[in-house]
Amino acid sequence: MNVVVCLKQVPGTTDVKIDPQTNNLIRSGIPNIINPFDTYALEEGVRIKDRCGGKVTVTSMGPPQAEQMLREAISLGADEAVLLSDREFAGADTWATAYTLAVAIKKLGQFDIVICGRQTLDGDTGQVGPELAEMLDIPLVAYVSKIEELTAQRIQARRMIDEGHEVIESPLPVVITVTKEINVPRLPSLRGIARSQSAVIPVWNTQQLGADPSKVGLTGSFTKVVKIFFPQRVCQAEVFEGELEAQVDRLLDRLKSAGLI
Amino acid sequence: MGIRIDLDKCTGCGACISSCPFGLLEIKDDKALVKEGCTLCGACQSPCAFEAIIIEAPAKTAAADAGHRGVWVFVEQRDGKVKNVAYELLAEGRKLADSLKTEVGAVCFGHGIDGASLIAHGADKVYLVDSPDFVSNPEDLCTTQFVNLVRQYKPEIVLAGATPLGRAFIPRVAAILKTGLTADCTGLDIDLEKRLLLQTRPTFGGNIMATIICQSGRPQMSTVRPRVFKKGVPDKTRQGQIIKVDFDKARITSRTKLLSFVEDVSERVKLDEADIIVSGGRGLGKPENFALLKELAGVLGAALGSSRPPVDEGWIPYSHQVGQTGKTVCPKLYIACGISGSVQHLAGMQTSEIIVAINDDPNAPIFEVATYGIVGDLFKVVPMLIDKLKNR
Amino acid sequence: MDYFLTEQQKTIKNLARRIAEEKILPVRAELDEKEEFPWAIMKELANADMFRVFVPKEYDGLGGGCLELALVVEELSRICSGVAVGYAATALGSFTLIGYGTEEQKKKYLPAIAGGKLAAFALTEPTAGSDAGAIRTTADKVEGGYALNGTKQFITNGGEADIYTVIALTDKSKGPRGASAFLVEKGTPGFTFGKKEKKMGIRASATRELVFRNCVVPETNMIDKPGRGFIMVMKLLDLSRPGVGAQAVGVAQGALEAAVAYTEQRIQFGQPLANLPVVQDMLAEMAIQVEAARALVYAAARVVDSGAYDYTESSAMAKVFASDVAMKVTTDAVQVCGGAGYMKDYPLEKMMRDAKITQIYEGSNQVLRNAIANDLRKRKAKA
Repeated sequence: MNVVVCLKQVPGTTDVKIDPQTNNLIRSGIPNIINPFDTYALEEGVRIKDRCGGKVTVTSMGPPQAEQMLREAISLGADEAVLLSDREFAGADTWATAYTLAVAIKKLGQFDIVICGRQTLDGDTGQVGPELAEMLDIPLVAYVSKIEELTAQRIQARRMIDEGHEVIESPLPVVITVTKEINVPRLPSLRGIARSQSAVIPVWNTQQLGADPSKVGLTGSFTKVVKIFFPQRVCQAEVFEGELEAQVDRLLDRLKSAGLI
Repeated sequence: MGIRIDLDKCTGCGACISSCPFGLLEIKDDKALVKEGCTLCGACQSPCAFEAIIIEAPAKTAAADAGHRGVWVFVEQRDGKVKNVAYELLAEGRKLADSLKTEVGAVCFGHGIDGASLIAHGADKVYLVDSPDFVSNPEDLCTTQFVNLVRQYKPEIVLAGATPLGRAFIPRVAAILKTGLTADCTGLDIDLEKRLLLQTRPTFGGNIMATIICQSGRPQMSTVRPRVFKKGVPDKTRQGQIIKVDFDKARITSRTKLLSFVEDVSERVKLDEADIIVSGGRGLGKPENFALLKELAGVLGAALGSSRPPVDEGWIPYSHQVGQTGKTVCPKLYIACGISGSVQHLAGMQTSEIIVAINDDPNAPIFEVATYGIVGDLFKVVPMLIDKLKNR
Repeated sequence: MDYFLTEQQKTIKNLARRIAEEKILPVRAELDEKEEFPWAIMKELANADMFRVFVPKEYDGLGGGCLELALVVEELSRICSGVAVGYAATALGSFTLIGYGTEEQKKKYLPAIAGGKLAAFALTEPTAGSDAGAIRTTADKVEGGYALNGTKQFITNGGEADIYTVIALTDKSKGPRGASAFLVEKGTPGFTFGKKEKKMGIRASATRELVFRNCVVPETNMIDKPGRGFIMVMKLLDLSRPGVGAQAVGVAQGALEAAVAYTEQRIQFGQPLANLPVVQDMLAEMAIQVEAARALVYAAARVVDSGAYDYTESSAMAKVFASDVAMKVTTDAVQVCGGAGYMKDYPLEKMMRDAKITQIYEGSNQVLRNAIANDLRKRKAKA
């Protein structure tokens, strides 16, 4: 099986709080990490390789420092990594991101399955996986919580929906997005760490990818951010005081007048 | 193209430094400098009093409008029953269409769907594909059929619920149509001057809100979180047109196949539909302590919910999770026990009508959104509540 | 204190710490309570290549030395020495083979051990503890090999390990000089296990009797030559003692951290306990002892790794000092945490119970002090 896993490097925490006095962000050296859902994607790819043989290639569209994350992916079982990096890629929305990844994946050669995490910690859109499937013109199974069966021709995957779960069958090649229910990601191994330190990770820019410059980055994006603001939350709670029992009584009175009990 | 600092305007005051969520700004030689990796999110522009930060985007030359008119709502159904989120979007779509002085189109694929109810909820036209093939919402069919309809009727705006189905097939539609899609919107407005849809959505787990536009791509597409907008009151006197669309079975096929469906029957009271929810967080300490909340839920006839940490620890199944990566709920009463109120959790329940917070930490963020709060030990408060409710 | 570890050593130490904190910490109390063998964690250690640390490169190992092994054992022990012992005992059970085995023997067994198959070392018997020379298990030459008869006692990993290094008498008339070492596989006919011991501490580790009744092992399973048993054992124990020292340092470190954390947040007399001079005095003393023990253990490990011929005295000193420190520090940690330290809800009492064994096994501290005194006199105390 030739597996491709798409990874994104994200800030280590989304707890970007605002200082109420200065209205500025409170930050404290946040290290970058592999997007948590992508760690499940990578683990699933490595498990497929362990079961069926083959190779796992990881790729990411990001700034030069994303190379560190790709090395970490190698220590976790990936065989090869490619970084897609170019100033021109900055500002990409999900369409331009999916386009860039699609060009890269086609350039990598034959593949059987592309695995993505269901969404990122910072963007939260969950759109790149589905858009990527369309651009590669292959089927998609989203929100996969378990791969029930995988052969050279087809996959049977359990996917989560609101009411429960479905089992979908799809021919290969296919794109799947995965949820955290699918597995427990492994820890790195010492040999994996050694491999990651000596691995050669090529960096492809627009030109090397052979990508259409009008379709990448901000230029290729259809959506644009026009405003950023921090959600205002005003403390409006009626916080009771006094003896605990009296507080509970008062709460029950309020709920009764609201017709809830 | 990209971001640059106007060195003439920049005074090196450093006000921008802490505004970057990625920490990529620094002062060097008394001027601001942007490090590698800028995503052009624009958060740094507002703190700059000197307008020295410039983000250049090339003007998209393609004609934006190309005669696209109308606000469409994708009406999701299951087993012949329309989902609530569709009604919520019809209500909101109606407001947007009125603002733009245009029509609302409801698009529905299913079998045995009552088109009249969609008109009663605000649709002017209902595009109905009636076929048993669509009963289980096969994504390939939905994608192709929807793309065909959009190309034929050219709406300017498309809204769909950010459900597992919506979040899977709508991006595919956007990719094929080569247009912009904004996910998980919590706010929609119209810029009348430019005839643009202003789409507001949470990023960074809800810590930062972004307003997004799709300048040149048409239609402007959004998926919207369920229970963010309110379902309207149906008006049976409303007039509208039901347009039956033939499903071309020969031309539109599915590569994927549904093998089986297993319903999740683990909850006695469904979280999505409950009027009252009792929810537990890390403050419970141990999985066994959910029994206490179950008892309270039983007395109130409530559903049982959870924030993410107990689910991650395996104390309670994922189907109970409320929050950014769980369910969004909007009950009449939400009782949060031992939940600190992280932004990710609030994203899933802050529109509840009445929120009661029970937490022994007076600084817990949950108190910022609560209606009523008790600062105390939940292991004392909850048994007291159960006791008094039983004896009323 | 910075011990100027190499990048490779830091990588090993950090990964061991991650495994300990993410995989062992959540279950240590339960493993201790139920005396359960931590198979899932052994698998994690194997997947992370931790067992390869002490196996030579030629046999699928990473060729690490005494210090690398000590780093892993210390990090695992910091969280739970019961779990650490299962790993450390496998190393101990491999040393004779690694040091003295033939190519065929090493090729047969070491790759499996590198991949996570557990091993054990069997010397102690009911009549032979500190007086190891008093063993009675015999290995009589028979057709096809040697027939083992006898009982081994208090064997760590007994019953769980797949491969055992067993010391038995091939020539009873020669006393200790008639002992030889054998590789015995679990499942060999005539080889069974006694009951699992219920212990004061390191309860996650399995300790059992090994019972040999005409257990025939092939001639090719004798390590080195007949009569070489004790010489190899003495050398092997010298090699492993820094590891026991590391176990002691780890448990002491864990106790120190827990004590500091508790005394920072426990308010008495209007302030954290950690503000009181009498408590600070105890904490400081504990910290000094732990650091001194660590420094001595690392130094002894480095002597072993330098290729020195004789490291008996330094290994013994490291083990004696570190284990006494572990007992004192864990006891003081319980003391400084007061009533809470005594309760099973807190990890302190377990650490104190776990520390005790380090003063006893792999050469009781009394026997080792004798040995140190002997060497001291021989070298006339010259440094």
